[in-house]
Amino acid sequence: MDIDFHDITLSVNGTKYQRRIESRLLLSDFIRHDLALAGTHVGCEHGVCGACTILLDGQPVRSCLMLAVQANHHELSTVEGLADKAGEYHPLQQAMHEHHGLQCGYCTPGILMTITAFLDENSSPSEDEVREALSGNLCRCTGYQNIVDAVLAAADRMRG
Amino acid sequence: MSTRTFGEPIKRNEDHRLLTGQALFIDDLELPGMLHAAFLRSQVAHARILKIDVFKALQRPGVVAAYVAGDLGDYWQPGPILVPPPPIEGIIFHERTQVPLAKDKARHVGEPLVIVIAESRYIAEDALDDIDVELEQLAAVVDMEKGLGAGSALVHDDVGSNVSAYVRQTKGNYAAAAAKADRIIKRRFRYEHGISSPIETRGVVAQWDRRANQMTIWDTTQAPVFVRNGLAGMLGLNERQVRVIAPFVGGGFGPKIMMFYPEEVLLPWVSMKLNRPIKWIEDRHEHFFATTHERGQIHDAEMALSSDGRILGIKDVFLHDGGAFDPYGLTVPINSQCTLLGPYVVPAYDSTFTQVFTNLPTVTPYRGAGRQHGVFVMERLLDFAAHELNIDPTEIRRRNLIPPDAFPYNNEIIYQDFEVLEYDSGNYEPVLDIALDAIGYEAFRHEQALARQQGRHLGVGVACYVEGTGIGPYEGAKVQVQSNGKVSVATGIGTQGQGHFTVFAQIAADQLGVAVTDVDVVTGDTDQFYWGAGTFASRGAVVAGNAVNEAAKVVRNKALKLASDLFECSEADLVIEDGKVSIVGIPQKFVKLGDLANQANPMRGAVEPGTEPGLESTRYFGPKMGATANGVHAIIIEMDPKTFELKILKYVVVHDCGTVINPMILAGQIHGGVAQGIGNAFYEKLVFDDQGQLLNASLADYLLPTALDVPRMELAHTVTKSPLNPMGIKGAGEAGAIPGGPLFAQAIEDALDLKRRSVELLETPLSPSRLFELTRNART
Repeated sequence: MDIDFHDITLSVNGTKYQRRIESRLLLSDFIRHDLALAGTHVGCEHGVCGACTILLDGQPVRSCLMLAVQANHHELSTVEGLADKAGEYHPLQQAMHEHHGLQCGYCTPGILMTITAFLDENSSPSEDEVREALSGNLCRCTGYQNIVDAVLAAADRMRG
Repeated sequence: MSTRTFGEPIKRNEDHRLLTGQALFIDDLELPGMLHAAFLRSQVAHARILKIDVFKALQRPGVVAAYVAGDLGDYWQPGPILVPPPPIEGIIFHERTQVPLAKDKARHVGEPLVIVIAESRYIAEDALDDIDVELEQLAAVVDMEKGLGAGSALVHDDVGSNVSAYVRQTKGNYAAAAAKADRIIKRRFRYEHGISSPIETRGVVAQWDRRANQMTIWDTTQAPVFVRNGLAGMLGLNERQVRVIAPFVGGGFGPKIMMFYPEEVLLPWVSMKLNRPIKWIEDRHEHFFATTHERGQIHDAEMALSSDGRILGIKDVFLHDGGAFDPYGLTVPINSQCTLLGPYVVPAYDSTFTQVFTNLPTVTPYRGAGRQHGVFVMERLLDFAAHELNIDPTEIRRRNLIPPDAFPYNNEIIYQDFEVLEYDSGNYEPVLDIALDAIGYEAFRHEQALARQQGRHLGVGVACYVEGTGIGPYEGAKVQVQSNGKVSVATGIGTQGQGHFTVFAQIAADQLGVAVTDVDVVTGDTDQFYWGAGTFASRGAVVAGNAVNEAAKVVRNKALKLASDLFECSEADLVIEDGKVSIVGIPQKFVKLGDLANQANPMRGAVEPGTEPGLESTRYFGPKMGATANGVHAIIIEMDPKTFELKILKYVVVHDCGTVINPMILAGQIHGGVAQGIGNAFYEKLVFDDQGQLLNASLADYLLPTALDVPRMELAHTVTKSPLNPMGIKGAGEAGAIPGGPLFAQAIEDALDLKRRSVELLETPLSPSRLFELTRNART
């Protein structure tokens, strides 16, 4: 097979990157192994578990279902960019800590990215809406209850 | 810190790294010069291997090596038996353990045939397509009963049958009990249990450092110490030359304790051969075949009762699908056999099982580890008995509970830890009462009737169980005060999300008067703590927790002794809090713990003979036997009688696991267990065809419960301390997952009025399509 390379430029968490990559390289592998932003986790590589969710121009996407070349000229956000510059937690991170919304923590980055985008669209969700929003992210440890509570608490805090 | 943190919902120390994407999981390792492995795996369940040719693969640019079984020479050996069979009279056990690469025969789909090493995982996977394989397909053993029949194909030809093991255990005289019984309830049950499917799959990274003569292995294992010892032996190295690190592990639930997986054996060997670090990360598709499962059992069980619903005896004969190999011995079926007895007085018990070799992936413990199967049989038998004897299902349970004055209660058979199954302590009836009260059992029948008038089908379920936890042999811990005043705790067990960084810190913090956040816990690094067994059988908090407590007590006494010498006062006059030792009533007269640690390592001057340097201690704890926790789950469900769509309206868990270290973390363990129990009861079944092909090997087809499927849970606890350890704790990791099957079966029968319609639910899982099949011909 002839290897086909592309030059791409994109930003992740506000930092600009230029890289030459293979066309078949998954976006998830690119973020994790080329950019060394390993906080984005890979759970299934077929778009079901949601662990690899990142934001592409503010919208949650599964980075295992995209090629890195498709992210050319886009703005990406990952879990590493969620806390502010001073290291202060995002309200959702804080709420996840306070409500014991994570155990092994492997699915957590994907959930944080999915839900921060969700809360941007719906600032006062009901429990059912939170569960619906969470339903594309699999967690095998928590039974979801504490995550749901954390999301409701974060929404409350973000509304002020 | 004068406040005790023990028993408080302390927030977790480990959260920060996990919430900010900074925790090290295995695939996050990037080492200079690292190569990547991919495996060619058998695509058929049972085949003779005629030819494997890797020539073309080796020609591909970027491919470094490819090995088949024959290339391994003497290194090719069947794996060790992880848990030998227990000392039970008359036991039959045929040990056939997995091999690094299949040599003459492939025995299940996914068994590795070739390991390919390349500069990237992409190239390694490309090269798998270049390999030329010729297999002669054989008939596959899939159905246990057919597998035991005459003329069946044999998984292991030299065994002469597909019997992996045969065990009979008895207590009292069942035949005599049955002879005087007023009623015998007899049924056949099938219980399927799926795969643990942690969101992080398995992985191994091996780095041989030729100059340092040192092997470092990062492994998603639940038992790093045993992996080190085993691999050192296989590789011809001293144990001191091998360091195994279990980093943050993204969920385990049992299968990550299995050893040795072929990948664990092969990567270190290849790393030595090529003198390069090598990484292998299991992909999700591989996980369905390459990681161990739990699966099915078939029980022919009968219960002898008196007319007032007292159990006189139980007889059970069951088959257990062990898969292609039996490296984990008999832990799963022994757990089924023992846990069946539950919280009840069973005067006579006659239980026999046959573990069957099949051409399916190997079975090893997954959260609950066979306990579910036993609980299903017992709880269902009680339901049918209650119906036939016209007793309320909760009342028949109450009548048979072991009374509180009967502990320790000896069940006379041998448990998975090789000790006699003796329940250490318990007080069962209050747990049932609290559960019935919380679910609103009294009022429910009225609500049910009202709902039925509106066309809604509600049902209630109540199930009881015990869980043997906290088994030996032992764990250890090293507690050390650093000169900056912070405390380090190291233990040999690995962690997969259970909150070890917090609960062990709480234990040490309380003994040493420091903040929980000032205790740094290291788990699962064999260079940090040399000895231990592992994280399994709900034992981390019980066994390692008590070791931390013992070691911290010694450090506390050392600190008090040093300070008493310094202040020339009695130790009784000292108080240890806020990171300092001070004289009672004179808080300005103090010495910091960190300074004491420094003084315990002097540069000059003679120390007294027998004095150990440093403010540290290493202690081990080994309980005589496991501590038995218990609980009751109760639910109210609504089910659509046409689509069988389930709505869980209320879920109550009342649980007794002795002293609670951290109620927040305990609740999390219960929540997660319940979610897996719901998956087990409704969604999760590995579907194989008669050729041993898995038909639902993706997360789109094998459904894990989502946030829409798991309800809000109400939890309550009672505390009956265990006398087997100084802190009085019992394990809790598996409790949530155990009684789901019978709980839902009971509630569905109730909701759909199945008793009147002469339909009995004798199996798990009960998916909507299965419920449709089971009820389609029943009267309405």
